Amino acid sequence: MTLKTLLATVSAIWLATTAGAEEMKMAVTTSFANSGLAEILLPQIEKDTGITVELLVVGTGQALKLGAAGDVDAVLVHARAAEEKFIADGNATHRREIMYNDFIVVGPSGDPAGAKAATKATEAFASIAEAKAPFVSRGDDSGTHKAELAIWDAAGVNPEGDWYKAVGQGMGAALNTAAGMNAYIFADRASWLNFGNKGDLALLFEGDPALFNQYAYLPVNPEKHPHVKADAAKALEVWLTSDTAKGLIEGYTIAGQQLFTFNAQPM
Amino acid sequence: MNDIFQGLSQAMRLVLAFDPGLVEITLRSLHVTVTATLIASAIGLPLGAWIAVNRFRLRRYAIAVLNALMGLPPVVVGLFVYVILSRAGPLGVLGLLFTPTAMIIAQVIIITPIIASISHQAIRELWADYHDLLISLHASRSQRIGTLIWDGRRALMTAALAGFGRAIGEVGAIMIVGGNIDHATRVLTTAIALETGKGDFALALALGFVLIALAIAVNLALHILSGTERGSRW
Amino acid sequence: MVSPILPLTLDAVELRRGGKRILGPVSLTLDGEGITIVLGPNGSGKTSLLRAMHGLEWINRGHATWNGEADSVRARQAFVFQTPVLMRRSVLDCIAYPLRLDGIDRRRARDRAAELAVSVGLNATLDAPAQVLSGGERQKMALARALIRAPEVLFLDEPCANLDMASTAEIETILARTRDAGTRIVMSTHNIGQARRLADDVIFLHDGRIIESARRDAFFAGPGTLEARAHINGDLIP
Repeated sequence: MTLKTLLATVSAIWLATTAGAEEMKMAVTTSFANSGLAEILLPQIEKDTGITVELLVVGTGQALKLGAAGDVDAVLVHARAAEEKFIADGNATHRREIMYNDFIVVGPSGDPAGAKAATKATEAFASIAEAKAPFVSRGDDSGTHKAELAIWDAAGVNPEGDWYKAVGQGMGAALNTAAGMNAYIFADRASWLNFGNKGDLALLFEGDPALFNQYAYLPVNPEKHPHVKADAAKALEVWLTSDTAKGLIEGYTIAGQQLFTFNAQPM
Repeated sequence: MNDIFQGLSQAMRLVLAFDPGLVEITLRSLHVTVTATLIASAIGLPLGAWIAVNRFRLRRYAIAVLNALMGLPPVVVGLFVYVILSRAGPLGVLGLLFTPTAMIIAQVIIITPIIASISHQAIRELWADYHDLLISLHASRSQRIGTLIWDGRRALMTAALAGFGRAIGEVGAIMIVGGNIDHATRVLTTAIALETGKGDFALALALGFVLIALAIAVNLALHILSGTERGSRW
Repeated sequence: MVSPILPLTLDAVELRRGGKRILGPVSLTLDGEGITIVLGPNGSGKTSLLRAMHGLEWINRGHATWNGEADSVRARQAFVFQTPVLMRRSVLDCIAYPLRLDGIDRRRARDRAAELAVSVGLNATLDAPAQVLSGGERQKMALARALIRAPEVLFLDEPCANLDMASTAEIETILARTRDAGTRIVMSTHNIGQARRLADDVIFLHDGRIIESARRDAFFAGPGTLEARAHINGDLIP
């Protein structure tokens, strides 16, 4: 970085001057942000559409609240039931499925609860509850948290007791806690692969279709919030469902593993 | 221990390489906090002096409220500003949520009581000292406050620096009202929280070291510029 | 020519603090020329009397009346406190401060302050902070600051307490000169010899009241009260 570019950066930031490009705000989930995919997509979006997408990284619950309040122009989340209620409440015009990734069960490499041997996600969960092995839950009303609760529900377990620890934090912080306590945790694959502080934790269970995690894009309803940048949100939707997006999303790997599968349907 | 050494060496590398990302968030941290400190000082310093010099009926309550506000949890301030600035809130039309301006507003609310309280104490001592002289010389009310602020400028600078120190290291409020948006509202402290969340402790620590160095540099620069530590000079 | 601020009339002035009478009732008229020395034992109310005259104290009963509005005439008087107030400024800026309040620009105010520093014999480095001055230098600084507005009335509260003989002599010289230049001076002191050397009039205070008020020669030739006689002789008053 030369002195000249430094000065340019200084003046740009200090005066908060923006380079004419259109900006829009999108609330996304921590799991999506932690995957690192955003860093691949955003520069290409800016290049192709001229839109600078500013990401607000929050849990699904808060992402939908931001959308409902009109504080963002679109949301990209993964919690189908909540999304449908969001549309029913008139907060978004529609929901567009973009891609999916999957959840996994992580835990101490010694696997005291024997979750590895399970054939279904519900079985893995049941074995953890059975053993009363420490389990860290996001507990933050996020999409991941909701998916976790759905599996407990399907397993017929009411997760309660000293072994079940709801931390009320994002995926990274929850993973840090699990690493520190050597506990089981339900996580999205991308956050796990990108996580730098694995400690003694290991991936114990994966592959059950019940663990697939569908991401959907919901533009905020301009009739409810006239100030939202509906045109930019529309342009972003078109781009996210394009072949360019497909190539980038499916080509994104961490440690040689593909994380996301593109499944947007043409309109 | 390993994390600390890795953090230090990574901090060195980032600084020496003039890492553009680091430069950007460092400048934004400075922009937000320096602006907030200037605004909070413009409010807090005269307010502290005014409370010190004037006798009014609710003075003791004003001081108590000021001291209580000093202990206000930043997260509560952040939430308060968030609710006000949200599109659904009373000032929503301004569209300030998730902008550096919102972060500045939150920091001003957090540090103004600190600056006012510290300057009140400093000015009160000076006023006890100067009281008879200023009354005897028939100095007007504004002349009194002006004199106290000028002659107490070192203590007042300390008050402003205390506010700066609190603001530059603050994360709870600006995370909520700024949203930690990359290239828009991400600053050193929110970046540290983010990297900690990702389990990248070395990078988080590196940013932490940069933050500490920045705080020290600003303090030193101000002291050198104003010559506070030059022996008996005023 | 603005009308003079004298005479000052105190009419049954009484100060009470915390339920206790600390001064008064005191009645006096201050007019004419010269130096009035306020004598009296510790706690007799000398400082309170000077402060009440200057308008620094809240008067509970009675009136203090200047020939003019009480608040604004204070700028035409000056007060030298027993412990000089040292501002966080250079010696020169301390002396120049009253002129700065009057809106005179810094350069002119400092030039005038430098002249006054010379006239009171202040040889210290004028650009040094006031805090580094010695006891005698501090009093000279305070005196120069008091004189810079050319006050019509000058109050001094024990200006030579804690000073050595040389400094005391210098200050007395300056005061005599100031009196000769037409400034009315009211000064309290413990030092009987100083009173004999400087006074034109003497006021003797006891227990917050003026029990004697006379020309110098008359006072020292034959004090009318037991207390004043004992004080002059250096005896303890019962």
